[in-house]
Amino acid sequence: MASPKSRPRDGYPGRALSLTLAIMVALVGIMIGTGHTTPRLGIDLAGGTSVTLKATSSDKNAINPANMAIASEIMSQRVNGTGVTESTTQVQGSDEIVVNVPKGTSSTELATELAQTAKLYFRPVLAEQQQIDASALPKSSPSASSNGGAKPSGAASPSASSSEKPKASAPGASASPSASKTQGDALSQDLKAGSSASAHPSASTSAKASAAATGTAKAAATPSAAPTSGTVSGQTAGTVPAALQSEFNAIDCTTKHGRDVAQVTANRAKETDQVVSCSSDATSNTWTKYALDKVAVDGTSISKAQSNLSTQTGQWEVDLSFNSHGAGQFANITGQLTKNQPPANEFAIQLDGLVQSSPSVNEAITGGQATISGSFDQASASQLANVLSYGSLPLDFQTQEVVTVSPELGGSQLDAGLIAGLIGLILVVVYSLVYYRGLGLVAVASLLVSAILTWSLMSLLGGAIGFALNLPAVCGAIVAIGITADSFVVYFERVRDELREGATLRPAVRNAWPRARRTILVSDFVSFLAAAVLYFFTVGKVQGFAFTLGLTTLLDLVVVFLFTKPLMTLLARRKFFNSGHPWSGLSPERLGVRNPLRDSRNSRRPVPTAGKEA
Amino acid sequence: MSRFGNIGHRLYTGEVSFDFVGRRRLWTIISGVILVAAILGLTVRGLNLGIEFKGGEIYTITKPGVTIAQAQKAANELTGDSAAIVQKANTSNGQEILVQISSTEKIDPTKGQDGLSKSLGLSTQQINTQSLSASWGHDISQKALEGLVVFMVLVTLYLAFAFEWRLAVGALVALLHDLVITVGVYALVGFEVTSGTVIGFLTILGYSLYDTVVVFDGLKSATNKLTKQNKLTYSDAANASLNSTLVRSINTSVLALLPVAALLFIGGGLLGAGVLNDISLALFVGLTAGAYSSICVATPMVAWLQEKRPEYIELARKVKQRRAAEAKAAAEGRTLDEETPQSEVSVPAPTGGPRNQPVNRSRSERRSTGRR
Repeated sequence: MASPKSRPRDGYPGRALSLTLAIMVALVGIMIGTGHTTPRLGIDLAGGTSVTLKATSSDKNAINPANMAIASEIMSQRVNGTGVTESTTQVQGSDEIVVNVPKGTSSTELATELAQTAKLYFRPVLAEQQQIDASALPKSSPSASSNGGAKPSGAASPSASSSEKPKASAPGASASPSASKTQGDALSQDLKAGSSASAHPSASTSAKASAAATGTAKAAATPSAAPTSGTVSGQTAGTVPAALQSEFNAIDCTTKHGRDVAQVTANRAKETDQVVSCSSDATSNTWTKYALDKVAVDGTSISKAQSNLSTQTGQWEVDLSFNSHGAGQFANITGQLTKNQPPANEFAIQLDGLVQSSPSVNEAITGGQATISGSFDQASASQLANVLSYGSLPLDFQTQEVVTVSPELGGSQLDAGLIAGLIGLILVVVYSLVYYRGLGLVAVASLLVSAILTWSLMSLLGGAIGFALNLPAVCGAIVAIGITADSFVVYFERVRDELREGATLRPAVRNAWPRARRTILVSDFVSFLAAAVLYFFTVGKVQGFAFTLGLTTLLDLVVVFLFTKPLMTLLARRKFFNSGHPWSGLSPERLGVRNPLRDSRNSRRPVPTAGKEA
Repeated sequence: MSRFGNIGHRLYTGEVSFDFVGRRRLWTIISGVILVAAILGLTVRGLNLGIEFKGGEIYTITKPGVTIAQAQKAANELTGDSAAIVQKANTSNGQEILVQISSTEKIDPTKGQDGLSKSLGLSTQQINTQSLSASWGHDISQKALEGLVVFMVLVTLYLAFAFEWRLAVGALVALLHDLVITVGVYALVGFEVTSGTVIGFLTILGYSLYDTVVVFDGLKSATNKLTKQNKLTYSDAANASLNSTLVRSINTSVLALLPVAALLFIGGGLLGAGVLNDISLALFVGLTAGAYSSICVATPMVAWLQEKRPEYIELARKVKQRRAAEAKAAAEGRTLDEETPQSEVSVPAPTGGPRNQPVNRSRSERRSTGRR
């Protein structure tokens, strides 16, 4: 037997094993602690809709990470605008955006909505009307009849109710200018040192507030406009062109359907058409319906838009710059608008057929630089800046793929994958045990460690970097069982080679390691290289697969180095293995020592030890 | 199971051994025939590209009780011809019907969903839609191809660095061999090529090379100091090394194939058509080809290349001389002194330092040959 002094040559198996154990405990601990106990499932397993959109552009340079990030942000807003929660939007590769909507049903509509080209236009406002979604207000008409108190008469008749509601909301609109993002913005020239810049927001905000107040006051006087039960329309300010009149009257901006109709019509309209459009967002349940003139400035004329905190007013505002063409157009239109009465002195920033904002113009802006100020907070300012930036993106999006998977189908795919994985694992375990017997147990234990590490890392990565386990990734994990098992085979066969050469178990285990390690490193490197190349050169499903394969390859190394090898070293000291028990997988008989053919095998071996002994 | 074990055991004990390198011609013929068939299949039959490459919609009907005939009829009504492909797939929740309608039919997905649900009397909730642009499959294979080329360049460089260029060439040839065979099998059998298949193809890269690298690692150390002796040619040494690592190669291949087979037969069998099936089918074909090629293509190829090197030509000449001398000596009835233990030396002393550890007496009983 090797002397006890050879122990350092075995390395410190105990330390390595405790390290592995510590890593496992730590990972599982973090996993439980953070609550990410299962891997996040991809759309194809959990069910849901996944839309892949590809950016196209006549200008190749336009497809860059910055533009894609903005586009992705907009996509995300579009999805969330449809009331979907938990959707994820991510840029994939260089030119694709993947939108995942869990358990959504209206997949094809979503896809069409997402893929539509975003058109950003500046259109002068001709007329506007506020519409209140009364049904969303706490005290809506149905229940109000039984209510005594403050508004007893209000609910009794439609006419009275419509006179009451605007009053109820009018204070809100005027008293809280910060909430009226859509209406309360003012536009001014970007004056770096002008005291006038600070004067504009407040002036226009108050002007707007009063306009809204008068509008609603008038609405109170004209109690006719409440055709649908939940909607109360204020009076129209400005003049609706005759051609648009019927459409303007028909559209109800407080309902999703109404807005969709308006949006579709507005999107279909030519740039030279006058259109009816709804505000994209409501302010205290007040939607604004616009009649808009033909496009004055195209969104692609914007060269830059960003939100910043004004040093003068301490308020958030959005700066935008136009290219030379746009600057000329913008100077023209602002010059005209500034002469008009409200609301015709406003222009609407219309994205995808919805009005994002309608700042009023205080002066002709000639320099191609403008600032939209008003009642922004940081979020709304950056949102508007994004919207404006998007208009300057010369990107079109094509639907590449729409996949809808029902939760049942996803579940059955996952089940099938798991069953296949389990059976694959059992086959590998059985093969290892039959072939390697006692050593097979080492392999099984190593596979188990590997499985625990893989599971916990996948779960944690799901929480940390949004790694989602999809079907190809499950496949990758199952296939990786083979790769992991292969490393053990390489090591075990080396140990047995050493034994066949006549070494005892402990030196055999020790001496087999350097060569086995080399082989494992070289072959795992090739495997990892394949995974890495796939990861960086491909997208989507293939990427998920490559990621799993790469991860498991790395874990394979960790397991072999920190678990299998130390475990072997420790087991080599046990009598069961050391004495060559028939079930240890290291017995002389199993190694074919007594076999006549053993002679020819052995004689092919080098002589050194044999020579010395003979 | 025991069957695998038996084969493994017989190989392990050396009962079964093959002259792999010497039968270069046989392998060339076998591989040649398969490759020609694969290439013919590719050019004549072409690949059966899935809808992901042609563009179109896949409608999945989850309602039980809908038969293929009904779905086909509904699809035909929708398209006005019978171009729609209707398939059945089994899931753990029962059966489901897949209807593929190519984009050339110009059926709007929403319309398709409505049409199918109406004629089958289902709600639209019971029909899932997957819509794919024609460029999607093209794009993904384009990217896969780029990845393939980059990987091949990188791995060739790496292998040339870790081993030497002749081994890198051998590995690359084996890899291409596997890929062509796999693609050829797809063309010949007419399996549908989907995105899953592409993933499967790409994984063959890593696996095929994994096997080859394991074999080459043994080969490298076996032929390390070959020129220092005159008993073995490069081919002899390569073959001996192959045989000594054969058990390992077969075990790694079998262990790699087991989970894939499970995926293919169990996952695929449960699910019918699906990503799992596509990936595992490509992998299964590719891995089988890979196991064959790492032994029968890569190493003979390397041996053939190496034998052209001046030092190995010289070695082959010396070995020939020596063997002639031995034959002569044998004919004269005497033996060469040092012949006994080294006549077949193939594998030089394993690395890991001199084995000067004390040899246990009890163990020496096992080492019968050493004492003889």
